[in-house]
Amino acid sequence: MPIDDVALGSGPRPIGGAAKPAPRTSPRRGSPSRWQDPLFEQTTRFFAVLVLVLLAGIVVALAVAAAPALERFGPAFFVTDVWNPVKLRFGALAPVYGTLVTSAIALVIGVPVSFGIALFLTEMCPAVLKRPLGTAVELLAAVPSIIYGMWGLFVFAPFFAGHIQPALTATLGRLWGVGALFQGTPIGIGMLAAGLILAVMIIPFIASVMRDVFEVVPPVLKESAYGIGCTTWEVVRHVVLPYARVGVVGGIMLGLGRALGETMAVTFVIGNAFRIHRSLFEPGNSIASALANEFNEASDPVHRASLIALGLVLFALTLVVLAASRVLIGHLARRAGTTT
Amino acid sequence: MKSEVLRRALAKTAAIAAGAMFAASAAHAAGITGAGSTFAYPIFARWAAAYHDGGGTEVNYQSIGSGAGIAQVKAKTVGFGASDMPLTVAELDKAGLVQFPAIIGGVVPVVHVEGVAAGALKLSGKLLADIYLGHVRSWNDPALVKLNPGVRLPAEPITVVRRSDGSGTTFIWTDYLSKASPEWKDSVGAATAVSWPEGVGGKGNEGVAAYVQRIKGSIGYVEYAYAKRNSMAFALVANREGMYVQPDIASFQAAASHADWKGAPGFHVIITDQPGKATWPIAGATFVLMHRTAADAAGAREALKFFDWSFHHGQKMAEELDYVPLPATVTAMIAAAWASGIRDAAGKPVWQ
Repeated sequence: MPIDDVALGSGPRPIGGAAKPAPRTSPRRGSPSRWQDPLFEQTTRFFAVLVLVLLAGIVVALAVAAAPALERFGPAFFVTDVWNPVKLRFGALAPVYGTLVTSAIALVIGVPVSFGIALFLTEMCPAVLKRPLGTAVELLAAVPSIIYGMWGLFVFAPFFAGHIQPALTATLGRLWGVGALFQGTPIGIGMLAAGLILAVMIIPFIASVMRDVFEVVPPVLKESAYGIGCTTWEVVRHVVLPYARVGVVGGIMLGLGRALGETMAVTFVIGNAFRIHRSLFEPGNSIASALANEFNEASDPVHRASLIALGLVLFALTLVVLAASRVLIGHLARRAGTTT
Repeated sequence: MKSEVLRRALAKTAAIAAGAMFAASAAHAAGITGAGSTFAYPIFARWAAAYHDGGGTEVNYQSIGSGAGIAQVKAKTVGFGASDMPLTVAELDKAGLVQFPAIIGGVVPVVHVEGVAAGALKLSGKLLADIYLGHVRSWNDPALVKLNPGVRLPAEPITVVRRSDGSGTTFIWTDYLSKASPEWKDSVGAATAVSWPEGVGGKGNEGVAAYVQRIKGSIGYVEYAYAKRNSMAFALVANREGMYVQPDIASFQAAASHADWKGAPGFHVIITDQPGKATWPIAGATFVLMHRTAADAAGAREALKFFDWSFHHGQKMAEELDYVPLPATVTAMIAAAWASGIRDAAGKPVWQ
């Protein structure tokens, strides 16, 4: 990144710049820096280690508490879709399916919209609108999830059932293959509704991260591209995106993490049925909403252990997503290093 | 020096926090603690406030759910637990607990069918089970039409709505369906959460109510108090004698007084599908759980005093909140059970 060093003749040094710290002058005897620095280092290390200890503690606690269910059902727990608290037979497949499908719907809708928002705000927005629009997007992120849930149930679901679902059945529902996804009674709640609410919820996260990373693209690069006659789309496609792709992936993963673990809003609109349906109009269930719904009254040890095992599955899912995003970011960064 | 000031401030804050914690735990120890059923929370809170205002001890009840309430009382972290589902005698013996009913409530089916007013639709238990099993799928099904001559039923599909969270209301509802339909009993059963063959789940009474009010052609079930306060269109259900009575305090009380409390050890009675011409068939009680051997005899006595006061002075408050107070015959039996069932560490009865 050669441009970094050009514009920095004066003014504050950027964080992460290549400058070395100034050599430390040896402290006077008895001055606070003799003991303050090591103390500070130890304190910050303690906090960092604390996170690891907490994380390990959560994993161990989940695993121990989930053990009775996993011992009883074995690997079948992960591949059966029965959830019967009366006969005490439990399987994680239906909520895992629901979690993955709703999160996928959220990403499919949320990522392009966020991308559009971020592009408009950084590239095309008139200066007057920039601040208010940007703040509005960030405000959306601050709305508590229960509000999204209630809005979803009382405002969005009736509209969805009355207008969008019939239209979807009449159009996409006629297509061969994907048509089966859009069949059934339009009741306004179900997997698709949950996915759409999740999309609304993750858009502010992804959009504000994307906006921030688009903003740090050096103007010199963009202006050079415009200077040789590129259109806005070409500048975005060939200059902004390659420069910002690590941050973009990071933002998407942040949104996905939120979608996987979202509880209240999903519970309100997903329908809470432990079943796997082909149609997205049918009610389903997600791991987080299953936990929120059943934990209070799960008095049987096997039921409780099965719910905790669900929590463990969600933890593993999130871990896989985060690890995959790390790998992807690392891969992108390496490629960026070789091609530019 | 700056750091000195900071250190002093920190020390002071720590001291204040510790003091506050100590004060809180001291106040805690003096009162009665209970935890469990969310269904009973409003009336317990109302009773507790009135009891405290009248000079009684402070009662701290946490509505954390019946299952958690049972766990808490077993672990002896609270003075009493409250559950919407009675424990069996074997479970009571194993945990060394006594159990008694404290308050009654009812569950009513609510419907959203164009042109059908509150109380106009008649259902039988068998028919309700068939709807919830997915056998009856349309409002103009012959079985429905036969029970409801004179009601115009549309050719709309039925959408079944039920609770998504584990709940005492679901237990009462599924227990009734199990008694009304052998098929339901075999394939689904009765519990606070079951494997539903059909339908969408709403969280809490308010979730079910919202779904029913929103989805055309839907049927759900909510607590009576909830249906009444939101003036929802309820349906009538035939009782054992084949009568269609209105769901109200009198018909719930009829269910409670016809129940065979005497013949049931540990008050293990589920008052669904009780005999009697004036009985509403889908009623239930919230049960209080306490230890047979009270480690803290004074605390146990205080808790019993609170319930005794509530049984004798709290009926009106219960009715105001659309709960049903226990009939006097039942409260007398409960007092006798206290006297014989709860003892202190030395074996002396806590209640006389």
